[in-house]
Amino acid sequence: MSTLIFITLTGLALAAMYFLLASGLSLIFGLMDVLNFAHGAFFTWGAYAAWWVISTQTPVGHSVSTGVFVLASVVAIIVGAVIAGATEVILLRPLYRRTIYQVLVTLGAGLALSELTAVIWTHDAKVFSQPAWMAATLVIAGARVPANGLVLIAVALTVLMLISLFLRYTRYGLIVRAGAENREMVQALGIDVNRAFTVVFALGGALAGLGGVFGGAYFKSIDPTIGSVNLIFAFIVVVIGGLGSINGSALAAAIIGVSQQYANYYAAGWLGDFVVVILLAVVLLVRPGGLLGARR
Amino acid sequence: MMTRVRPFWPVVLFVALLAVPAVGVHIPVVFDGPLNRAGNLQLLAVGFAFGIAAISYNILFGYTGILSFGHALFFGAGVYLPVIAIRRLHLALGPALLFGLIVTLLLAVAIGAVALRTQGVYFAMVTLAFAQAGAVVVGKNPGQLTGGEEGLSLPAKTLPTWMVGVIHTGNLYLLTLAVLIVVYLMALRMIASPTGHIWAGIRENERRVEMIGLRPYTYKLLAFVVASVIAMIAGNLYLLLLSGATPSIVRSDFTVALLLMVIIGGSGALWGPVAGAMLYHYLNVRLTTWAASGAVAALPGVIGRPLADPPFILGIIFILLVLFFPRGIAGTATTLRLSTRRKPVREKQQEAMQGEL
Repeated sequence: MSTLIFITLTGLALAAMYFLLASGLSLIFGLMDVLNFAHGAFFTWGAYAAWWVISTQTPVGHSVSTGVFVLASVVAIIVGAVIAGATEVILLRPLYRRTIYQVLVTLGAGLALSELTAVIWTHDAKVFSQPAWMAATLVIAGARVPANGLVLIAVALTVLMLISLFLRYTRYGLIVRAGAENREMVQALGIDVNRAFTVVFALGGALAGLGGVFGGAYFKSIDPTIGSVNLIFAFIVVVIGGLGSINGSALAAAIIGVSQQYANYYAAGWLGDFVVVILLAVVLLVRPGGLLGARR
Repeated sequence: MMTRVRPFWPVVLFVALLAVPAVGVHIPVVFDGPLNRAGNLQLLAVGFAFGIAAISYNILFGYTGILSFGHALFFGAGVYLPVIAIRRLHLALGPALLFGLIVTLLLAVAIGAVALRTQGVYFAMVTLAFAQAGAVVVGKNPGQLTGGEEGLSLPAKTLPTWMVGVIHTGNLYLLTLAVLIVVYLMALRMIASPTGHIWAGIRENERRVEMIGLRPYTYKLLAFVVASVIAMIAGNLYLLLLSGATPSIVRSDFTVALLLMVIIGGSGALWGPVAGAMLYHYLNVRLTTWAASGAVAALPGVIGRPLADPPFILGIIFILLVLFFPRGIAGTATTLRLSTRRKPVREKQQEAMQGEL
């Protein structure tokens, strides 16, 4: 029983990290029809920004304080949002209405931005320090669960709630929902969709940056490929959930994360990634639009 | 006049490339030592192999309009399957290549049949996921099958003697060149065939192809399988040239590299991606040696360190190409050639090209 709880909770922690990446991808795709390959780089930059704050603000020999970790998270969110916003304004704006070239340019940006972290901080993995209470393990019904995993789940649930509120009750949320339905109509009504593009990109970047912090804490170490590795699973989550559906992403993330952990635990170490691909194939065969996506 | 002279150039180029192993021309700065040195022949031959892979990717992306992010899987199948067959099933080279072909065909039909039920970005992601699964299997080395991070070497005694050793690099060079020419001509023929026209129709407007009573799915699957098999052939040649397999060529980075080759070369013409592949491989190898040389180390860190990182530079080049030269070498060459012609023709051609984008 305790094993089942352990696998389920660590699976959900993994799911929470995928969700932080996938929610931004899904919002961007819903509004702009662009599959953002630079999203993993925003994640990596969030992780590195937080690591940099933590390692410079913590005196040698001291443990990381909660205040510094919160500061690091805020910096990571800002870094993610700024890089993402800049990517949108500088690289995607000149290519509006040429979606395939937008996808290609995000691919180049993702490559260059991830590699830039390697240029600055080398390819070597860095130890990601965190407050002692986060690095500890808690005992839940006999299962020893890492505390940072539970924090990650809590963060993702909060984000899910905030995005839902943002989409439902704010003006930008309304534009994003309307734009996903019919972009031409929104433009025809005199609304500046371009600004909404930048906002959605920056928001997605902020979420990816946040994912980078807690993902780094969960893995306890980071390297320049951390974003692109998780991006592939985030893509799968977005497709299974249905592009443009936040709730779908959350549901799909939970399914993927948990089944990956179960497969990895009970079978060979590489089977988890395989199960994910098979799930993807099955979902696409049965429901090509994804679990909660619009039927097309 | 132009039309009479032009078909001549490919033949001249072909004869020149054919003569390379026999004649030791020195091209200073561009190549180290005589052109027929083993290292240079190897550089060119791997470039040809990538050129074949780029042709296959162009059939999908440039001519049929399908953006796959999993093409590296089939190149990787061409590299890994024969070497696994040789080492594990103790087959000779010929049967091992045949084994690779059969497995690749089955793989391509199965993956294509599933993935092509989706379109556009969905298709890109599904193929990415399949390729990732392949990369995971190769990386995790189940049952010591793939050699994991270290890769697998091709046992020299299973190869015909004319392929083995540095002194025979010229033979492999000629083999790769010959296959490149055959694949190029075959692709040219396919694109001009009725099927090729339907591929172009699918790229322009899939709905219309459906309207005239054809099933786009069947034709897309055909393009996918054809492209996969050609990519496999390129992988076979790569295996022979490097006499071994390394996991880097099954990772999604390699699909990105293929995409880069096609974009550098331009997807509009068939020769574009070949030129793009040659240039990409040349830059990749040269930038790496250049980064390791003293010239970069002497620069201040802020400038030198980004320059010493080939993936970073390639990423930047990719961005600049997409932003400023989206039609690549071939497209830019066409534009330049048209701009020297009479105006009405040029306008007509440009209109046609804009329609293409």
